[in-house]
Amino acid sequence: MEQTIFYILAAVTVIATQFAITERHAVHAIVYLVTSFFSLAVIFYLLGAPLVAVFEVIIYAGAIMVLFLFVIMMLDLGHPEKAARPGGRDWWPAILLGAVTLCSIVVLVAAHPPVVPVGASFGIRDFAFVLFRKYGIAVEIISLQLLFALVGALYLGKRR
Amino acid sequence: MIVPLVHVLVLAAVLFILGLVCVLVWRRNLIMILIGIEIMLNAAMLVFVGGAARWGTADGQVFALMIVAMTSAEVSLALALVVYLHRRKKTVNADEFSEMKG
Repeated sequence: MEQTIFYILAAVTVIATQFAITERHAVHAIVYLVTSFFSLAVIFYLLGAPLVAVFEVIIYAGAIMVLFLFVIMMLDLGHPEKAARPGGRDWWPAILLGAVTLCSIVVLVAAHPPVVPVGASFGIRDFAFVLFRKYGIAVEIISLQLLFALVGALYLGKRR
Repeated sequence: MIVPLVHVLVLAAVLFILGLVCVLVWRRNLIMILIGIEIMLNAAMLVFVGGAARWGTADGQVFALMIVAMTSAEVSLALALVVYLHRRKKTVNADEFSEMKG
């Protein structure tokens, strides 16, 4: 049951992401990306990470994508006919690099048939303990980084 | 763990390749470059969460949370930069900003 849901959600994620990167309309690309993030959040939930799933929805789909939409609409970039279209010359290095990486993945997976491991489960309590005890310094550093980003964004956004 | 770790890693790799292709194909459009970086960071998060589920420790999820915080900082700065550049030249075409020739 859960395996089936995982594979369906994986397909939804990949297809939505693929539509997002080939869409020439920036707003449509953002909406496809939000679809992809929602299905990825359910994948996180299935993998035993409900907190990360919630943060994925709140921060990625809720905050970051809305920020993108805000900038696109503020700068009036929603006109695909005015934007520079990628031509055939832009596609071949991307296709080449992607094909090489995909081939290496296929070779690796074919060499080692996968087995379902038995993973121990843990709750939110363990997660919070590890986050604030073991990696407390990392939390402090990441909060400093957010503060610096805020100051930098304010400085860049100031009209001179 | 409901599926083999390899399947999670393959999904993450496919997502990462899609993000890489997005950056490489749309390398003239600043907004689409940022979207490609978002997709790649999501793939990295998926690897961390899959590892946490495989070995049954919370460390992977902690670092997925760190990636979320790092991404929000990066996106806010990058979009402020995009707004600043658009104010200077009225475009988001990355080829227009080549004064430094580097």
